Amino acid sequence: MALRVRDDSLPRERMTAIPATAPPRARRLSATPGQIALALAIAAFLLAFLVLPVATVLYVAFTEKGTGTFTLVNFYDFVRTELFMRSLWNSFYVSAMSVAWASVLALPLAYLTTRFAFRGAAIVQTLGFLPLIMPPFVGAVAMQLFFGRNGSINLLLDDWFGFKIGFMEGLNGVIFVQSVHYFPFILINLSAALRNIDRAMEEAAQNLGCSGFRLFRRIVFPLALPGYLAGASLVFVKVFDDLATPLLLNVKDMLAPQAYLRVTSIGIADPMGYVISVVLIVASVIAMWLSAAALKGRDYATTQRGGGGLAKRRMTRMEAVLGYGVVVLILALVLAPHLGLLLLSFATVWSFSPLPDGFTPAHYARVFGESSLYIKNTLIYATLAGGIDIVLGVAIAYLVLRTKLVGREWLDWAASAALAIPGVVLGIGYLRSFYGVTLPDGTPLAALWVTIVLALAIRRLPYALRACYAALQQVSVSLEEAAENLGATKARTVRRIVVPLMAGGILAGFVTSFSTAAVELSATLMLVQSNSDAPLAYGLYVFMQSAAGRGPGAALGVVAVLLVALCTFISHAIIERSQKTKGLGH
Amino acid sequence: MVTRRIAIGAAVGLGLLAVPAWAQAPAGKVTVVTSFSKDVTDPIKKAFEKAVPGVTLEVQNRNTNAGVKYLEETKANNQVDLFWASAPDAFEVLKGKQLLTQYKTKATGIPDKIGSYPINDPQGYYFGFAASGYGIMWNERYAKANKLPEPKDWQDLAKPAFFDHVSIASPARSGTTHLTVETILQGEGWDKGWRTIKEMAGNFNAITERSFGVPEAVNSGQVGVGIVIDFFAFSAQASGFPVKFVYPTVTTVVPANVGIVANAPNKAAAEAFVEFLLSPTGQEVLLEPGIRRLPINPAVYAKAGADYPNPFTDPRFQKMIGFDVDKSEARTAAVDTLFDQLVSFQLDALKGVTKVLHEVDAALAKKPNPQAKALADEARNLIAAMPVSEAQASSAEIKGAFTGGKQKGARQAELESQWASFARDNYAKAKAKAEEAQKAAK
Repeated sequence: MALRVRDDSLPRERMTAIPATAPPRARRLSATPGQIALALAIAAFLLAFLVLPVATVLYVAFTEKGTGTFTLVNFYDFVRTELFMRSLWNSFYVSAMSVAWASVLALPLAYLTTRFAFRGAAIVQTLGFLPLIMPPFVGAVAMQLFFGRNGSINLLLDDWFGFKIGFMEGLNGVIFVQSVHYFPFILINLSAALRNIDRAMEEAAQNLGCSGFRLFRRIVFPLALPGYLAGASLVFVKVFDDLATPLLLNVKDMLAPQAYLRVTSIGIADPMGYVISVVLIVASVIAMWLSAAALKGRDYATTQRGGGGLAKRRMTRMEAVLGYGVVVLILALVLAPHLGLLLLSFATVWSFSPLPDGFTPAHYARVFGESSLYIKNTLIYATLAGGIDIVLGVAIAYLVLRTKLVGREWLDWAASAALAIPGVVLGIGYLRSFYGVTLPDGTPLAALWVTIVLALAIRRLPYALRACYAALQQVSVSLEEAAENLGATKARTVRRIVVPLMAGGILAGFVTSFSTAAVELSATLMLVQSNSDAPLAYGLYVFMQSAAGRGPGAALGVVAVLLVALCTFISHAIIERSQKTKGLGH
Repeated sequence: MVTRRIAIGAAVGLGLLAVPAWAQAPAGKVTVVTSFSKDVTDPIKKAFEKAVPGVTLEVQNRNTNAGVKYLEETKANNQVDLFWASAPDAFEVLKGKQLLTQYKTKATGIPDKIGSYPINDPQGYYFGFAASGYGIMWNERYAKANKLPEPKDWQDLAKPAFFDHVSIASPARSGTTHLTVETILQGEGWDKGWRTIKEMAGNFNAITERSFGVPEAVNSGQVGVGIVIDFFAFSAQASGFPVKFVYPTVTTVVPANVGIVANAPNKAAAEAFVEFLLSPTGQEVLLEPGIRRLPINPAVYAKAGADYPNPFTDPRFQKMIGFDVDKSEARTAAVDTLFDQLVSFQLDALKGVTKVLHEVDAALAKKPNPQAKALADEARNLIAAMPVSEAQASSAEIKGAFTGGKQKGARQAELESQWASFARDNYAKAKAKAEEAQKAAK
């Protein structure tokens, strides 16, 4: 273990996140055998549960009709078809606009709760996180009942003022719903990043006379950039690849819905659905690569970890009124769908009226018996999936950022590509790859609930990965080097230094993966083999196919939201406490 | 394992002793893949398990397309006993892929046909167990607030009053809507049928991607009128929603079906389930408020209320058209794709022209103008024009384009691209004519 002196390890260099002027940093020239083994193990996992199953479905995109030989003619068809090109453009436009609006919603919440002594910060963080958990189908119904063309708001507006607002019409509707739905990605990653900033940086800037907005613009925000970009790139890619929201708003000329519509209907034998899937995957990987490239050559790590985040200051009375006002306003907007869901779960009949005709607890009684099974399954699946995701996320982030292994970025890109793969493609791929494999007693491998867990883990891996990646970017290498110089092994360094320092980011990743896995449906629907193995989302789906099932479905949806909210709140409480034990408090 | 073996042994033993007619008494778990909601499957499961003790019904819920795909992907190691869904064409697909097995039912009292549709598959691969008709449902509160007249027939939905108030599921996504579209095409003829469909489509507010999306939107009052299968409306009424339903003159009743999957792991229990569904006890369950489907055993209607539609006696149903299954089968993919390319993906353009044409009509009603009338008619003809004739739609060439990798020939994407640009050009020309007509009418 040679002692190395590195000239770029001075804090001065890092403070403002300027491009590193020093020559490329010599981290590790070669990897240890343990790192190589780890990389190979992850590669094997991704190959077995992501690349190969998906390849069994997507290879059709590259084959010629009739002969099955390799061809690119299908991509030529894609470019030539007006509908697909229009869809591609619409998808880009909607994704970019959603990132912008999601930032508008997330920035105040993240900044106010991490930077000020803000009463109820954990509650705000939890509530601000809820929109991400919109149970399938029933969430859509609730949103329509509130914001739809004849939703509560428009009925009241029409009644009082004689006009309506098309919240949920066309592409703008998609942008509105998507920014409300996905802004928590930015919120949670940005908050984790803000908490990780060394207070010394801020204090140094203040000593030099910097304050107010300039301090935020020049010091705080640039230092939190990895977290913001992690969230923003997730929002972009997720919106780009999301099919549920456009379909719920009956917007079909976007790319992901086009792929879905083709893969699941008459186009099932046609390569175009798979061609679009390939385009989606490529676009997502490019977006991820761009966001990584934007951070390249800059260093976001800070050495001192004692401060435990930005100084929390008290707000003046005016600031407090303004701050709470903004927070309440944003929360009211983004939680309106959940309020709608709650009303729906107690409603008798709710049709073309601002509020339901009457209220009843009967729907909860109806789902009470079965929901305990669904809850148990959901908790097991989502916890396992979240667990797998953070282990893989930390490992991949470590390999990419801390080693010089050849092709390490491919692990990152492969894992991120999972975001772009339609759930139904993954589901079919799993059936194709694992249904033929049988256990000794004859049951197919794909029939085991473990398969659902693996599918969920693969689908939600990008969320955890981005969070872990951003967290590690903020940890200075010199802390690890110090540990190693003191004689710690690499494994011990990771365990005792790296992981604890990344804790906030890891928890953020776990919560995101866990809660979104808890409401996943598209792959699950293909893989659920029996009611006793079914998670909540499946139970919801089963209810939401009939008029009488709407109330019970909503009740189940409320149960799902509460469940995830509780878990989220607990993890926020843990983060807060760990912040306090780090010596901050106030 | 041991207990299972004992259970099977016991069941076989009992079967030999007690019910000599069956080689093996039904016992154990029987798995059904279905598109039906919990409100339908729960009561039937309960009644079935009561009628055939010792058997548990395991329900796997998947939408029809996903269910077909699932059976196809898992056939090498099949674990499913039954397939149970509405759309007869899904069963035709399964039968064609040899994923169903033949069976001869012992049920009595079930006629051969309902309307003019054969209830069971002639070769015995699947069986109708309930009938459904297609029609129009609407939300009364919405209709009152927007002053909509009561629709009676498909053509009514093309009237100006219904502009932006109608919803339908894409036939490519919903087997039942596909049958509705096919019924209109068969009842009115290819060209006139498409004209009706496109004139209605000009008034569409939305084309949803799943069947239940339409009744859902009508129930909650987001859309006023929906083109749906009857039980969606009946079960919504039973749940208290302010909705109404009507069967138009050109419509048909079609059976919802059940079939035994090839290589079913528990064939005896699967057969028992089919027998139960067709038995009077099973048929009576269909009358429950949450289900509300039309039994195919005429005797069962004696237990239904007086206002329950009865396709065997109600004269409306006797007038309904004969439905040619083979004709429908030959052009399924073409019809669905035509609808998507000419209507779903060009909806904005189509609505744009329709709006102008409605305004022209209003102007003409006040002040007749033959020149404007002629221009408007030209525009209507441009909208109604089809890129392919009826014969071409079921030709081997077009059919081949939709079969995927098997034959060489035209690619699906090529055809779609042609049809889409045909529609786009025509709607643009129609818009120009309609605007001319508008100027002339002023």
